[in-house]
Amino acid sequence: MAALPYTIVVGLEVHVQLLTESKLFCGCSTKFGAPPNTQTCPVCIGMPGVLPVMNAKAFALALKAAAALNCHIATFTKWDRKNYYYPDLPKGYQISQYDLPLCRDGWLDVPSEDEAEDRRIRIIRVHLEEDAGKSLHDEKAGRADSRIDLNRAGTPLLEIVTYPDIRSPAEAKTFLQELKLLLNYLEVSDCNMQEGSLRVDANINLHIPTPQGIAATPIVEVKNMNSFRAVEKALAYEAERQWGVFQETGRKLGEVPKQTRGWDEHAEVTRPQRSKEESSDYRYFPEPDLVPVTVTPEEIERVQASLGELPADLRRRLRRDYGLNAYDADVLVNQGRSTVHYFLRLADVCGDGKAAANWIQQDVLRVVHERQISITDFPIPPDTLGEVIRMVRGGRLDTPKGRQVFAHLLQHGGRPQEAVDALGFKDVDDAEVQALCRELVDANPKVVAEVRSGKEKALGSLVGQAKKRNPHVNPARVKEICLELIARM
Amino acid sequence: MAISEQEIRKVALLARLELTPEEARLMATQLSRVLEYMELLNSVDTQGVEPLALAVEVTNVLREDRVTPGLDRESALANAPHRDDECYRVPAVLGET
Repeated sequence: MAALPYTIVVGLEVHVQLLTESKLFCGCSTKFGAPPNTQTCPVCIGMPGVLPVMNAKAFALALKAAAALNCHIATFTKWDRKNYYYPDLPKGYQISQYDLPLCRDGWLDVPSEDEAEDRRIRIIRVHLEEDAGKSLHDEKAGRADSRIDLNRAGTPLLEIVTYPDIRSPAEAKTFLQELKLLLNYLEVSDCNMQEGSLRVDANINLHIPTPQGIAATPIVEVKNMNSFRAVEKALAYEAERQWGVFQETGRKLGEVPKQTRGWDEHAEVTRPQRSKEESSDYRYFPEPDLVPVTVTPEEIERVQASLGELPADLRRRLRRDYGLNAYDADVLVNQGRSTVHYFLRLADVCGDGKAAANWIQQDVLRVVHERQISITDFPIPPDTLGEVIRMVRGGRLDTPKGRQVFAHLLQHGGRPQEAVDALGFKDVDDAEVQALCRELVDANPKVVAEVRSGKEKALGSLVGQAKKRNPHVNPARVKEICLELIARM
Repeated sequence: MAISEQEIRKVALLARLELTPEEARLMATQLSRVLEYMELLNSVDTQGVEPLALAVEVTNVLREDRVTPGLDRESALANAPHRDDECYRVPAVLGET
């Protein structure tokens, strides 16, 4: 890729829905897809005289995410009212956190494509707040009003704000993928963008070297991006748009008010939206109905210790201890924690990390995807499959026969030896194969000469003859022995 | 006057209140008095005093994550000035430019 005449500077603001059964301040269900206005109560629709009470699980999940994002966790945190009028906000304010958020100053390392080292994206803050309801726009002609569904009002959200450390649209996408993977591993959020459990806004501008020094373009907030791919595309579009505007007008940061633009998925452009209110316009003040939450340093330590191995740790371990390359380690870790556990057991049983990774990617995951099941429901346990791979590695089965054993086990269950017997694969004693090979090598001086002159392909005729004499021999083993014998001649 | 009529109009807009000019003047006078009282409070030396988040010194009031029965839809929509079978109806919120 040619070097751009500018640096792209991006910061993200991500909202994820926490995996709780009930809302943040009341007992209404958070289940997705219920008919409109069937999951509400006086608390979340803002009736007078009600009292919100904090959901302990939501707080615990927020704490877990904060610890995994390497944040400094506050031992004292409180909530504030963010006041604004919008039809999907029944109380006229959102309960959020302003000056004493749950945590600050963290980071997430993301794999980098062209650099050997991971890229560290710093986190400004993470806080816990409630969601608003949903406006359903009536498509019917002539209806000038909007419909409001308050099922989502009061759902617990974690807001994660990064520093402007992201340097390309692709890196923004990678960051989001890594964040999603992390929160999936922690079972903090399913981060499903289709169901709105992950939403992202991006702040973007350009730093352009000029003879007068670095010029920064006005910051634009981009909204309405409905997939990680859309984030990448919207930011790429917006960077080019800002470059064009800068060349035309030379306008710099501070010379025009901050703009909000929405991504139009169909036209693949960003368009201006209403300008953002100044933060003082939200008239934040402490939420008098909620008491603060304190956390002791010991509790924070306990949460940190309970996180277990996270995606980045696992990737490192698979490469270091099991000899996998970056690609294979990435594929396995991206499949989630249970796939990694399956792999670890399989690799330990068969003694070959690379072979275990190949079998999982080519055979196990194919079946898992075809049957649309989770790997925990995959019918062949790792210990059994490990034994099959050991047979292949030891030369008792060739790979096609190993696959047949796999298919048999998949259908009938049982032990690998039972499958081998049922399929009529006879074990051929290695001494017998050795004797056979010696005979063939002695009887075919012409082939031997060809092989010695470098034409290893000529061995095929020996393998063919061996299979004719004994259909149960492993061709790879025959090839191996013959080569050895010829080399020693 | 601690607060101008212009500021009153801005706050009224944010709170979606329509004030007549007399009301705006009245509010400016009354809110100014409130702010003057705040200035009095501000004159107290609070150096070394921890800010108070809440008047009662209680923390960590949490509830278990359990679904409890809420309102049926009819009750939830009962007070709405405009509604249909499923939703509240409000003036259009489209056209966000």
